Amino acid sequence: MTKDSDAQRVVIIGAGHAGGTAAALLRQYCPEWSITLVGEEPVPPYQRPPLSKAWLKGEADADGLALKPSSFYVEQNITLLSGSRVVGIERGEQRVHVAGGASIPYDYLVIATGARAIPLRTPGADLRGIMSLRTAADAEALKAAICPGQSIAVVGAGYIGLEVAASCRSLGMNVTVLERETRVLARVACEALSSFFTDVHEKQGVHFELGSSVVAFEGERGQVTGVTLADGRTLPCSAVVVGVGAAPDEELAREAGLECDRGVLVDLDARTSDPKIFAIGDVTRRPMPIYNCMFRMESVPNALEQAKQAASAIAGRSRPSVEVPWQWSDQYDLKLQIAGYPFDADSIVVRGDPRQSRFAVFHLNGDLVQAVEAINAVPEFMTGRILIGNRKAIDRRKLADASVSMKEVCA
Amino acid sequence: MAKIVFIDTGHVERIVDAMNGQSVMDAARRNSIPGITAECGGACACGTCHVYIDEAWFSALGERKAAEVEMLEYASDVRENSRLACQIKMSSALDGLVVRTPERQG
Repeated sequence: MTKDSDAQRVVIIGAGHAGGTAAALLRQYCPEWSITLVGEEPVPPYQRPPLSKAWLKGEADADGLALKPSSFYVEQNITLLSGSRVVGIERGEQRVHVAGGASIPYDYLVIATGARAIPLRTPGADLRGIMSLRTAADAEALKAAICPGQSIAVVGAGYIGLEVAASCRSLGMNVTVLERETRVLARVACEALSSFFTDVHEKQGVHFELGSSVVAFEGERGQVTGVTLADGRTLPCSAVVVGVGAAPDEELAREAGLECDRGVLVDLDARTSDPKIFAIGDVTRRPMPIYNCMFRMESVPNALEQAKQAASAIAGRSRPSVEVPWQWSDQYDLKLQIAGYPFDADSIVVRGDPRQSRFAVFHLNGDLVQAVEAINAVPEFMTGRILIGNRKAIDRRKLADASVSMKEVCA
Repeated sequence: MAKIVFIDTGHVERIVDAMNGQSVMDAARRNSIPGITAECGGACACGTCHVYIDEAWFSALGERKAAEVEMLEYASDVRENSRLACQIKMSSALDGLVVRTPERQG
């Protein structure tokens, strides 16, 4: 007779933030189960956010980035296979195949393969010195290329691009940010925020080329020396960082016949179209109950939430309550905190004074807060997050009046 | 180097070594101390590294920045001696710092 609590085997593909967190939670929930964590990168799970900030500035070391020390996996009896690539999932046999020939059986499988930085295909894109920033190895290469007084071109003015720009500028490099849209953070923030950040960077001496496309990279002896724009100008540089987005690593899932659509499709238990297989983190497209849509999020809080969803479902525990999505970005001494997404927003309320570098932009649908973007404005961010979750209508005039506390706005 | 004494709600003591300049949160994470979640990894963006500093030590720590004070308002069971562990930097002057972890984070 088999009991539900008989030790089961869980295999997690991908030892990043989501995979590492899922492994730790599963061990907590299921002390006797077999847990195997397989990661392509040669290091144990670590945090990526510091790679564009503290790491570049020399304020963090490799041990500091690790989610848990290596001893944790040994002590917790989690089999960590670093530097191992899964090449196939055999659903019928419930096995995953690892490059080199080994196969690992599973009772439950968690796909946490994340996303990869999208490369540029422009002529010259394979020159040395053109880098993306996703992994610790990428960050090491970028750090080695930082040289005060030299010029670096950053392609893409999203979070990665702007954080790298801020870090490199702080370290004394000449920085030019190239963005094909007409404003920075075009995909993730509103116009008011775009203008604010452009101003901040420009005051620090960062140069922007907005509405600008890269048509080629120039090089000498295989090393990049410049970026050529559509208008014919070539901007000299000794290094380039490309931050134009990330694509979900869904190939294993797709090849195994799991439902995918620009990401592995999952429900609120992080379960895929196969009841024994879960997917978590940047690789997934998931339901957003607050907004009644499916979305692929790229954030640490989402990785953590989905790790909890999958671990709870696998362990037979009750589903964790849905969290309001949020993310943050640190540039210079500014803390940008964003809660929610401005889906279905029909108006904006600005609270505080952008000129004081302490303000928030609320996106409303009628009198309901859909999203808040806060700059050095913790109460606005934290309260906004609560309002997005509890769907409580607010008084717009109070919200717009910074002399009325956020506590009063919620009352 | 300095020692930090972590005490959880079950009164279990765990003593770790911290380097000068390292945050209490970082020392906790490197030593797998339970009870501190630190979702944002030390960016003062989430409030889930909430700890209680033993009375004897509280005044030895530096002043709290505005962001930390504001963030703490949203933690659970906040007390007079509440701090965010990611904002406390260790030094030899804090050798033996006693830190209590709360019932829950967030």
